[in-house]
Amino acid sequence: MKYLLLICGDESAAAHADDGCGGWDVEMVRRGVLQGGAGLHPPADATTVRVREDAVLLTDGPFAETREQVGGFCIVECADLDEAVEVASKHPAATYGSIEVRPIRTP
Amino acid sequence: MNAAVEAAIGEAFRLEWGRIVATLIRVTGDWDLAEECVQEAFAAAWERWPRDGVPDRPGAWLTTTARHRAIDRLRREAVGAAKLQEMAEQAEESRAEPDDRLRLMFTCCHPALAVESQVALTLRTLAGLTTAEIARAFLVGEPAMAKRLVRVKQKIRNAGIPYRVPPAHLLPERVPAVLAVLYLLFTEGYAATAGVDLVRQDLSAEAIRLVRMLVALMPDEPEAVGLLALMLFHDARRAARLDAAGDLVTLEEQDRSRWDTGQIGEGVDLLDAALRRGRPGRYQVQAAIAACHVTVADAADTDWAQIAALYGQLVRLVPSPVVELNRAVAVGMAAGPAAGLALVDALDAAGSLAGHHLLPATRADLLRRLGRHAGAAAAYRAALALAPTDTERRYLTRRMSELGCPPGDPPFVVRTTDPTEEDT
Repeated sequence: MKYLLLICGDESAAAHADDGCGGWDVEMVRRGVLQGGAGLHPPADATTVRVREDAVLLTDGPFAETREQVGGFCIVECADLDEAVEVASKHPAATYGSIEVRPIRTP
Repeated sequence: MNAAVEAAIGEAFRLEWGRIVATLIRVTGDWDLAEECVQEAFAAAWERWPRDGVPDRPGAWLTTTARHRAIDRLRREAVGAAKLQEMAEQAEESRAEPDDRLRLMFTCCHPALAVESQVALTLRTLAGLTTAEIARAFLVGEPAMAKRLVRVKQKIRNAGIPYRVPPAHLLPERVPAVLAVLYLLFTEGYAATAGVDLVRQDLSAEAIRLVRMLVALMPDEPEAVGLLALMLFHDARRAARLDAAGDLVTLEEQDRSRWDTGQIGEGVDLLDAALRRGRPGRYQVQAAIAACHVTVADAADTDWAQIAALYGQLVRLVPSPVVELNRAVAVGMAAGPAAGLALVDALDAAGSLAGHHLLPATRADLLRRLGRHAGAAAAYRAALALAPTDTERRYLTRRMSELGCPPGDPPFVVRTTDPTEEDT
């Protein structure tokens, strides 16, 4: 099964932006788990796109202001949720932020 | 309907429902399909057993019938073809799978599911309670409970929660969740008093069976053993818990000759073995408290000092105002009502039991024993106003009416709260 790991944190988590993954990515690639992913620039640099009545509407910043923001994401291939939880719990961001494990829909 | 056939179907339901659902989930991978097919198998039994007679092996008959229903249903769906192949391959080996219910239990109690969903799903799939019965037990509407059950099964499927007994390294974190659900299951059945709710009463026996299975699988888990001992101690008193009118009889007033001494003996052996491992936990301590009650032939010989000390240990393991209140009762018995009253006053001041009838009821009994009748009467009235059930109100009214008796009467026996109320 494929899962999306949403690496979340509040504003203080930005201090960890350049920390890297402490070898997590290397291990997960070796295990054949990590399929891709990236860190993200802060929500302030986001642009939100909507199309309403054929007009493209842009908004500066994220759609919703929430305390927990997505700072990065990974796609992992795991046997089941137990493995996905184990993989997520090893990510260094889990110790200061949180990681949402979302199953990816299969067609 | 022939009463014998009806009884046979009831028995089969109690013994086989969870087992057959667990097996069908494993072979079909589809929770809804499994549940529906087992339901249909029981419907078929209602139709055919009165006519054809009860089969020699009702469980095998029901499993085969449910399995055939599943095959029929899958045949009608294109996606069912692969599953059918798997089912054919597994048809033989399934007899040799004793742990399907354990697998189901761990999956129902997966920590990625909300606790209320874990309990609801366990009651539905393992114990076979209807959605309406579960809704009633948890004081929510049936549509809300139905929605909760749909959602939890959806999450198991979509999130890829594995249908298995977890590997050894995950057991330490997964076992407590299962124990909590099983204890809840037990108390649910233990609290059912009337004959009308047979399925609910059977929950206690079902819980004991499931804990036995857990103990067999994890003999090194002292808390599972402790929980089994605890259940056996409570269950041993079953026959003495109700009077002829169906009213609850307090621990002190129960006819101890009606307790199941075999079950108590088994519980004592289990608890001793668990405690020797030196890894105490809440269920072992609760079992030790229950053991203090059920191993003495006369209520007057109860070792209240030991019970008070055990409640002190339990409060540290499970901080809860209800446990504190039980400790106050035990201290009141061991060191005198004034000492108990001091603890009750402290609890009252903390305010965490505001609105709970057990607090004024305990205060009333302690004041009564101190001879402070006016204060006791006021506390009984406060407790009466808060008591949730008729049984409680009858009990309190009776106690209040006894306030009129002249001094010098035998000391008033404080009613200890039923041990199963500790978790409410």
